[in-house]
Amino acid sequence: MKALVAIKRVIDHNIRPRIKPDGSGVETENVKMSINPFDEIAVEEALRLKTQGIVTEIVAVTIGHGHAQDVLRHALAMGADRAILVDSTAQLQPLAVSKILKAVYEREQPQLVLLGKQAIDDDAGQVGQMLAALLDIGQGTFASKLEISGNEAIVTREVDTGSETVALQLPAVITTDLRLNEPRFVKLPNLMMAKKKPIETIQATDLGIDTAPHLKVTNLAEPPARKPGIKVNSVAELVEKLRSVGAI
Amino acid sequence: MSILILAEHDGQQLRKAARQTISAAQAWGLPVHLLLVGDDTAAAAASAAKVAGVARVIRVDAPHLAHPLAEDVAALVVSLARDYKIVVAPHTTFAKNILPRAAALLDVAVVADVIGIKAPATYARPIYAGSVLATVENTDALQVVTVRATSFDAADDGGNAEITSLPAPAANGKSRWVSEVRNESDQPDLASAPVVVSGGRSLGEQFHQLLTPLAQKLEGAVGATRAAVDAGYAPNDWQVGQTGTIVAPGLYIAAGISGAAQHLAGMKDSKIIVAINHDPDAAIFSVADYGLVADLFEALPALTAAISK
Repeated sequence: MKALVAIKRVIDHNIRPRIKPDGSGVETENVKMSINPFDEIAVEEALRLKTQGIVTEIVAVTIGHGHAQDVLRHALAMGADRAILVDSTAQLQPLAVSKILKAVYEREQPQLVLLGKQAIDDDAGQVGQMLAALLDIGQGTFASKLEISGNEAIVTREVDTGSETVALQLPAVITTDLRLNEPRFVKLPNLMMAKKKPIETIQATDLGIDTAPHLKVTNLAEPPARKPGIKVNSVAELVEKLRSVGAI
Repeated sequence: MSILILAEHDGQQLRKAARQTISAAQAWGLPVHLLLVGDDTAAAAASAAKVAGVARVIRVDAPHLAHPLAEDVAALVVSLARDYKIVVAPHTTFAKNILPRAAALLDVAVVADVIGIKAPATYARPIYAGSVLATVENTDALQVVTVRATSFDAADDGGNAEITSLPAPAANGKSRWVSEVRNESDQPDLASAPVVVSGGRSLGEQFHQLLTPLAQKLEGAVGATRAAVDAGYAPNDWQVGQTGTIVAPGLYIAAGISGAAQHLAGMKDSKIIVAINHDPDAAIFSVADYGLVADLFEALPALTAAISK
């Protein structure tokens, strides 16, 4: 079966984001960018299903412009078979992204769609659920375990009370959580080889999709800093301080 | 027009996050309706009807809703949504699974993880693991919102809402519930515990031995970093952080936690933060009210002993 893996390019998780001086957004120029870590887990899971002989072709897709290709190269270097760039310079919100991915899904007709449970930039965590809704297919969010059994995906999901297992008829959308797998390191020769794999480009504007934002970001600010604390020298002093403020 | 809250319950009563959402919803100044789904919501509905600020409790009971699936509950929310101006729920795994699905079917956006409602369609929400606060205006006529429960006080009892019942849509044919594993423990609910004692991977095999007695003394819950969970020292639902549980207790004790941004995102709104770490340069000290540079394996038992005195 074919797996479609949707990935996003985000500011690397080790970098502290900076708000642009004019407040119009977060600075991404000359900042280290990487594949969203949850999406990397999605690519890895597709690769493991391919090793098991369940998935036969892995198609990576991202939406963006210019350097957005870098994350597709990363997915190709990990082992994805081919990649699609939906070229767009627009600021896309989750609903618009879902509509674009729906168009890609309809072209590719995969049995499995894998993507991260959230992107670490806007922390929205919506695209998988929205895509499944628009496609009218089942969803397995926050997956920590995935098995394909016949025509079903058996998904163990991390939930607030522990974990839950659901069975989804294929095709289905799976969003990946941290403990699903540990993505492989990409070796330099693989990265070089990935440069030779073709990336197909689709113009987002050719898809005829309304991608106008529903949400307007009117302000970005640093969160208020906590007032500086103090160092204590011993457990006894710590207990005394905590008692004096009524914390214990 | 009214507000619909997708309210999580345990079969007997509302979860605390639902009460916190009821209190958040008062900002809109519209009647608040609760939607309770399950196989038998009678007891939970009776208890929910007593919460102050609730005008109506809507019960939707069906055998297939005993373990609600996103596909089913989203369809239900969509069928009700046209009568509402706002659909809101706490930002829990339950609602995060359902509301985006419902919103897409309604062709509207979701404003996720809201920590403040500034005007009827203007919200404050953290992005980049809380490193940036965004003010967001939602232009949709129907607002779908998830709120960070810990940013709002829990609504108390004092109401007398009417209880109505609606039939459930038929079960969807695309997904089915198989099983669940509840990480049962005696400890209080992490998200709402008044005290949280969290540990990092460096506690190793002694994770429980060092933290649990301290948490019990303080009548608190034990939390963990992602690394400690990945290493198998703590169950997944103990993870505090950007992608785990967000906590804001009165007292947060971080033991052997370096203070990665992803962890800080889940606890830096705690009232008092104590950091104990052997590394004086650990980032956790930058958010701590009280920092102690010490060997954990000595300091934690000493702290536990000192508190009992």
